[in-house]
Amino acid sequence: MHRFILKRLLLLIPVLLGVSLLVFAIMSFTPGDPAQLILGENAPPEAVAELREEMGLNDPFLLRYARFVGNAATGDLGQSYTSGRDVFDEIFSRFPNTLILAALGVVIAVIIGIPIGIISATRQYSMIDSGSMFFALLGVSMPNFWLGLMMILLFSVNLGWVPSGGYSSWSSLIMPAITLGTGSAAIITRMTRSSMLEVIRQDYIRTARAKGVAENVVINRHALKNALIPVITVIGLQFGMLLGGAVLTETVFSWPGVGRMMVDAIRQKDAPTVLGTVVFLATTFSLVNLLVDLLYGFVDPRIKSQYA
Amino acid sequence: MSQEMTLDPVQGQLDKSPAKGAPKKRSQWLEVWHRLKRDKMAMLGLFIITLVVLAAIFADLIADYETVVIAQNLADRLQGPSAQYWLGTDEFGRDIFARIIHGTRVSLMVGVLSVAIAIVMGGGLGAVAGYYGGKIDNVIMRVMDIFLAVPSILLAIAIVSALGANLMNLMLAIAISSVPTYARVVRASVLTIRDQEFIEAARAIGASDLRIIFRHIIPNCLSPVIVQGALGVAGAILSTAGLSFIGLGIQPPEPEWGAMLAGGRQYLRHAWHVTTFPGLTIMITILALNLLGDGLRDALDPRLKH
Repeated sequence: MHRFILKRLLLLIPVLLGVSLLVFAIMSFTPGDPAQLILGENAPPEAVAELREEMGLNDPFLLRYARFVGNAATGDLGQSYTSGRDVFDEIFSRFPNTLILAALGVVIAVIIGIPIGIISATRQYSMIDSGSMFFALLGVSMPNFWLGLMMILLFSVNLGWVPSGGYSSWSSLIMPAITLGTGSAAIITRMTRSSMLEVIRQDYIRTARAKGVAENVVINRHALKNALIPVITVIGLQFGMLLGGAVLTETVFSWPGVGRMMVDAIRQKDAPTVLGTVVFLATTFSLVNLLVDLLYGFVDPRIKSQYA
Repeated sequence: MSQEMTLDPVQGQLDKSPAKGAPKKRSQWLEVWHRLKRDKMAMLGLFIITLVVLAAIFADLIADYETVVIAQNLADRLQGPSAQYWLGTDEFGRDIFARIIHGTRVSLMVGVLSVAIAIVMGGGLGAVAGYYGGKIDNVIMRVMDIFLAVPSILLAIAIVSALGANLMNLMLAIAISSVPTYARVVRASVLTIRDQEFIEAARAIGASDLRIIFRHIIPNCLSPVIVQGALGVAGAILSTAGLSFIGLGIQPPEPEWGAMLAGGRQYLRHAWHVTTFPGLTIMITILALNLLGDGLRDALDPRLKH
């Protein structure tokens, strides 16, 4: 198992290098001269040229990339063009906000998704089943930034129950977390249902029923354990998605997270911040996916034995 | 309809020379259509999508682009729904209904074209990876893994922010960010087909690799791609709206659903309709595509249905 973990961690390195190369290459297409951006439009051309040389912008692409990776490995993602602040520090001061939002979003999704999925599966084709499947589909189909706006309209503007944005107290968390969790709740519901349907057709469930085990014990003890294995993967992947892709929700609620930091940086053409945040979020996403894979091995011993 | 024959070589031969007295075989696509027709939700989805397509085609008959859709009319700004303006007006006094109707063009175009680009690129890569296997497979799929390691919305944002926000770059960004999905889908089905006997037969009679891939393998792995494609169009429309919402997509004054939503955001307090209706339109369109996609999945592969 340790070897498996080590192997997976080592495999992460080329992936991260690839991701950063990809993003670095994309970002180097950005039109506009960073030196000009820093010095302002009226700066003399000589000063701009000097700064370009100083920043190493005239160096070949691969050299610039190698320098970026070298610095990034030591936790230096450069300074923001607009605020001059250290990008790495800024990301880490905001990351807890993104983390807490994603975690709460997943908790909400699990609390809603798993019970509804189980009920739907045990009463397949009933009214409850069709109803919840329809709402699950609605949840997947809704643009979450729109859901956020609609909630602001109802709960902040009309009812005045919760603040419409920012992060001032715990009540600011409610709406962004629900917004973020809705899509995941829908996906988890569908996954739980289909996984549960597969499991309750199996022989050992029939055996349990034949033995006279009470139906709720059959479902909650025998079936659920196996049915949840693929669901756990989905939950983990959703958590990764919410961490890396909460950009829109954070924008709607003016949430001081990493996603919004990225959107603001894009608007201000602040390349180091954009690069830093994208690479950071992609790294987080990959790490969470790795953890999910490892967790999967713990939950389902059959998988672990393949790598032992 | 020669395509139908290549779908199943055995069946194809039967179709060419029908045995006397044998029951007439319905083509595979007709079979799928008959199954799909019985799925009420999928038909509802298809009906809504037809309406959206018709709206896109006849948008100019419903409302004139220059005088109604983009011309500002500040005297009538932020009016609620009325007989004159069915869904009200936006912050520049433009008819929201007319803008939503014209917005179908952008959404459908980006949705369909970006998925088409992604299918061609991803499908091609996946087919090559699955067919040749070995090192080629390894290289292609590891590169795909790198793309998959970035959440697709993040990748699309990075591409658009670097290349500049316009329609072409938006389509490209959305297409590139979904290439790995199609590569994986196609590769998986190629792997199951590659070693079947009819491929061996084709190789035995001297068919080239290209011919085998295009004439025999690709037609046989179309169904998962079609399902993924229907869901992919939904995803692409959502991404377009999302990117436009943060200012990286379609630029004003062109009507785009996500951009309309973003425009109405500051007026949420006084004019609820400006954000509500474009959002509802997005939701209904995506819902319809998802219903159709789910229906297609069941119709194309009845074994999967519970």
